Order: sequence, then structure tokens, then C-alpha cells
Amino acid sequence: MSSYNLSGDTDRGGGTGRRRATAERTAPRRRGNTTISLQGAPNRRNTELALLVFAVLLPILAYANVGLAMDSELPAGMLGYGLGMGSLALVAHLLVRRFAPYADPLMLPIATLLNGLGVVMIWRLDKAGKLLSGNFPAARNQLIWSALGVALFIGVMVLLKDHRVLQRYTYISMVVALVLLAAPAFFPARAEDFGAKIWIRMGSFSIQPGEFAKIVLTVFFAGYLMVKRDALALASRRFMGLYLPRGRDLGPIVVIWLLSLLILIFENDLGTSFLFFGLFVVMLYVATERTSWILFGLLMSVGGAVAVAMTTSHVKVRIDAWLDPMAAFGPNPPKGATEQIGQSLMALGSGGVTGSGLGQGRSWLINFAAKSDFILGSFGEELGLTGLMAIFLLYALLVQRGLRTALAARDPFGKLFAVGLSSAMALQVFVVAGGVTGLIPLTGMTMPFLAQGGSSVVANWALVAILLKISDSARRPGAEPAPATEGQGGPAR
Amino acid sequence: MSELTLTVMRLGFLAVLWLFVIVAIQVIRSDLFGTKVNPRTSRRGTSAPSGGPATATTAAGRPTPAPGGPGAGQTQGGGRRRGAPTQLVVVQGSLAGTTVALQGQTITLGRAHDSTIVLDDDYASSRHARIYPDQTGQWTVEDLGSTNGTYLDRQRLTAPTPLQPGTPIRIGRTVIELRK
Repeated sequence: MSSYNLSGDTDRGGGTGRRRATAERTAPRRRGNTTISLQGAPNRRNTELALLVFAVLLPILAYANVGLAMDSELPAGMLGYGLGMGSLALVAHLLVRRFAPYADPLMLPIATLLNGLGVVMIWRLDKAGKLLSGNFPAARNQLIWSALGVALFIGVMVLLKDHRVLQRYTYISMVVALVLLAAPAFFPARAEDFGAKIWIRMGSFSIQPGEFAKIVLTVFFAGYLMVKRDALALASRRFMGLYLPRGRDLGPIVVIWLLSLLILIFENDLGTSFLFFGLFVVMLYVATERTSWILFGLLMSVGGAVAVAMTTSHVKVRIDAWLDPMAAFGPNPPKGATEQIGQSLMALGSGGVTGSGLGQGRSWLINFAAKSDFILGSFGEELGLTGLMAIFLLYALLVQRGLRTALAARDPFGKLFAVGLSSAMALQVFVVAGGVTGLIPLTGMTMPFLAQGGSSVVANWALVAILLKISDSARRPGAEPAPATEGQGGPAR
Repeated sequence: MSELTLTVMRLGFLAVLWLFVIVAIQVIRSDLFGTKVNPRTSRRGTSAPSGGPATATTAAGRPTPAPGGPGAGQTQGGGRRRGAPTQLVVVQGSLAGTTVALQGQTITLGRAHDSTIVLDDDYASSRHARIYPDQTGQWTVEDLGSTNGTYLDRQRLTAPTPLQPGTPIRIGRTVIELRK
């Protein structure tokens, strides 16, 4: 075994050196270990199954916990709920076994767990009844949406033979994403949407196309950057230690920037515009390994956000609420002030370290959005800091598996695509969690898998399915997977 | 429900939630510790026929061709005769560091999306070359009529040629070699 065995990342720039240094530090510790020859399942599907059982049982435990705390009895729907989630997870697992046997073992269980916990929390808030303003039972719907999400997951598993096929649709993806993003602007806004026009409504049915646009746009970014990355990385002048790209290479980033500003202005959707711009900058950075892009990206997003905040009242209100979340409770609340950030901060505070216990908090005090945008506040109150940290870690693991997939992927498109999908999820979690905890201005985005919202659940299941497909192709040993000859190397020398 | 039961349930649930997180992290431990690390300076090493991970978790194995954590490589498990190359490593080029386990399958190289190794290299053709075991099991490299040619140790390939471990195959700016 020899030198250049860095796992499949592109070997350019300084990042590699840092990674290598880390690796060398871990090396000596491994020397003394015993060697165990490799036996059993080469593809970790059994690990996934075990984790999946765990991931289904945990929400059932939470469900029982809520029932016992609120009604002093096990909830009647427990069996149905457990069977429902269990069979969804089982079907997904069997399909993964069949269609992506080498896929990463962690993503499916984590997604299942987060989705399950979300449904339980929504059910728990349903039980708060009239205490929660604008409350209507949503747990059943959420379960149906989860089923649809798993159906789409299965669809992707079965139909997407190879993620590289998507590369052919680079520019079509761009058009589709733009249409999806622009569509809500042409639908009439409703009063209860709070100014944001991000839904397409057909009767009582509504979808949020931005969630799907996230995936489609990532296809475009990955395909585009794969072709252009050399031009973007190499054709630049060095100035004060920074690589300044040429004007014509700056073109696309400026276009995307303008586009996300337009979303911000016409649809009043701070979150989505931040997500798309951030996603593009991250992928640009990964593709070119030029720090200057990050700098440009930060400057442009801050500049854009400030400019829009000056002019748009909706965004200005959000920023005021962020700067002074408690103003709404004061004697003279400013016009249009929202109490929600203050309420969620109080919920998080009253949760303390270990929380009030499931079913024993007063999450309904976070007004109408307790199930959707502010579900983290509800979790923070009932599970406390400890539980919230666990949830964040689950997201971190999910994102880490995605990035790991990108490292292992054997084709540049797959690498960029996996990076894009996982950083989209990371950015979304950051934006939502930052908004709920008062770190950054609140944006109307949903917590992936946890929050109430059909489109979000369905789109994120599709996202996980694509990541699993990429990871399957990255980890697949070859056309003929050989038995136990393959696996981790130990301390060989 | 008594206060005590509820408290036990509350803490119990948190404990189980964390248990899940910890188990999940155990599963990916192999990423960080279950991989063999090689200093980049040594060009040739020996393979470990039974290079083994430390725990049963890692023994479940990640079958990736490039499963190692950052900066880590991979040795093959037991059951393979010594001396036979076990993996194909990209040594130079934009994919440097990528490894593919050799398991008797044909490996195609080129810019085409369905190649085993998709070369992102301006000098590579869509279907540039392939590497396969011939009837005797000897790994062989064959140029598939590429525009810029495939070079085996500075020699342009004209016919399928047997490959020795460590001999560089050059395709455009990409250099690939077999490793034991």
C-alpha cells in the first residue's frame, strides 16, 4: 500500500494537506490493534436494519411518553402509528437492499427517526387543542405526507439507475428550477401566509415548490460547475493573496445572486433566497477551491440582504424582530412586531437542560407556528438542551454522511452533486435553527423532516434517496461484488 | 401518572435518544479509525492480506473502493493470493487519490459518464481505455482507440498489454497504476 491513497477527493489546493495531517495524527494509535479478518455482510445493510428498528422504536417510545404524560394512558393509535412508520421504514429498507445495496447505512435510519419524532411532536401539539391558536389536527396529514415521501424515495431508488444520468439534464434543470421558483409569484397571496409567496395552492391543497427547486437547482449547479470549474479556478489574477476571477467568470454568480434577490423581493422569502445563494457559493468553493469565492459570496449576500432590508417592509420587520425579540411584549410594541421569536426563546429557556418532558411543556404558547417553523422551539422545551443537541447531531450526521459520500464518489459530477445536496440540508438546518434561536433573522423555512409541511418532507425524502444512490455507486466495489475479500484495512505494517 | 414515572420517562427518553446518536457514531467510526493511513512519501508498501479493523463494527466493513477516512487508504481483506494487484489507484490528475478495488471486473476509463472511473481530463476520450483480467487472470490494459493515446510507462499502447503493479498508465494528465 502506498502513498497517494487519499480517498477519492480531488487533489488540488491546500485542503488535502490539512486532511493528510489529521490522518497522520491518527495513525500511531492504530498500530497496536489486533487484526480481524473480514466476515459477514460486506455492505452494511444489516447495520442499517438494526439502526432502522431503533429509529422506529424511538418515536413509538416518544408517542407512548406523550400519551402517558397527557392522558395517563397509552395512546390508542400507538399500534397503528407504530405499524405505519415501521412498515414504511421496512419497505424503504428492502428497496435499498434491492436497488442500492452498498449505500450508506446511516442516512435512512436518521431520516426515519427525525420524521418519526416530527410526527409525534405534531400529534402532541394537536392534542393541545384550542390552546394553540389556529390549531387543527395535522399529525395524520403529516403521516400521509411521510408515506408520500417514502413513495418518492422508492421511486427515486427504482427509477434513478445512476445519478450520472442527471448530468444530461443540466440546463433543463436550470429552467425547471426557475419555473418552480417563479411559479408561486403568479399565484394570489393569502393573508395567512404572512407576506411570503412560496406556495402554490389548488383548493385546500398546497405545495411549496421551493423545496423541490432545491434539488433540481443542485443538479444544475453540479453539472455547470463540473464543466466550468477549471475556468473559474485557474483563470484568475492574484491580488493581495486573493484570486480574483475574471469578469466573465463572475457572470453566473452575479446572475444567481440577482435571482435570489428577485426571489427575496417578489416572494418575500428570505430563507429560500439565502439557501440558493449559499448553496451556489458552497458548491463554487468546493469546485474551485478558491477562498475568494466565499469572500465574494459573503460580501454579496450581506450587501444584498442589507439593500433589500432597507427597502422591503416585510424583511425589515423580520430584522427588527431579530434585533429586539422582546419588543413585542413591551408596552409599546412596534407596528407589525412578531412575538414568535421571543416566545420561542422563552420556550427554549423554560426547557432548560433536560426539558419539561414530552407532553408536559406549554409549547402551544408559541403561537400558530409551533408545529412548523418553530417546531424546534417545541422540541427545545420538552426535550431540553440535551434533546435538542441530539437532534442537531442527527442532522450533522446526515450531512456528514452526505459529504463523506462526496469524498468517496468516483465521478466529479457525483461529488459536486452530493456536496450540494448535503450542504443544502446543512444550510436549511442552520437557517431554521438560527432563526428559532435568535442567531439570525427569522426566515420562513421548515426544519427538514421534523416540521409540519408536506412538500418539505416529500422533497427531503427524495434528497436522501439521491444521496443514497450516489453513495451506493461510490461504495460499490465493482461489477461483481466479491464476498468477504473487501473491506477496511487495519494497521498493516 | 406519578411525578416519578414521568421524570424517569423523560430522562429515559433522552438517554435512548442519545444512545441512538452514539450507536450511529459508532457505525461511522470506521471512517475515522478503521482505515489504514499511509504517509505520502513512501511510494511502495506491502499489502496486508488480513488487514483488520479493530472492532466488530468496522468488521462489518465498508466495501467502498475508497472507503478510507481523509487521507486514508485501504488494504484488502484475506483470501487473496499474495502478489496479485488488489486495487487501481489514480496517482495524478484531478481524481488523484481515487482507488478502485480490483475484483475481476473490467474497469473502463474515460470521460463518458458510465465509465468506472470518470476522467475529468481534457486530453481523455469518452471511452479511452479499459483494464481487465485476461483468461489467465493477468491484468491487461487496452487502449480503446483514444485520440491522445494511452501510455504505459512512456510507451504508447498499440495492443492489449499485460500490466505489472506499479507501472504508471498515463492518460492525458491522469496517471493510474495497479497496486498490490
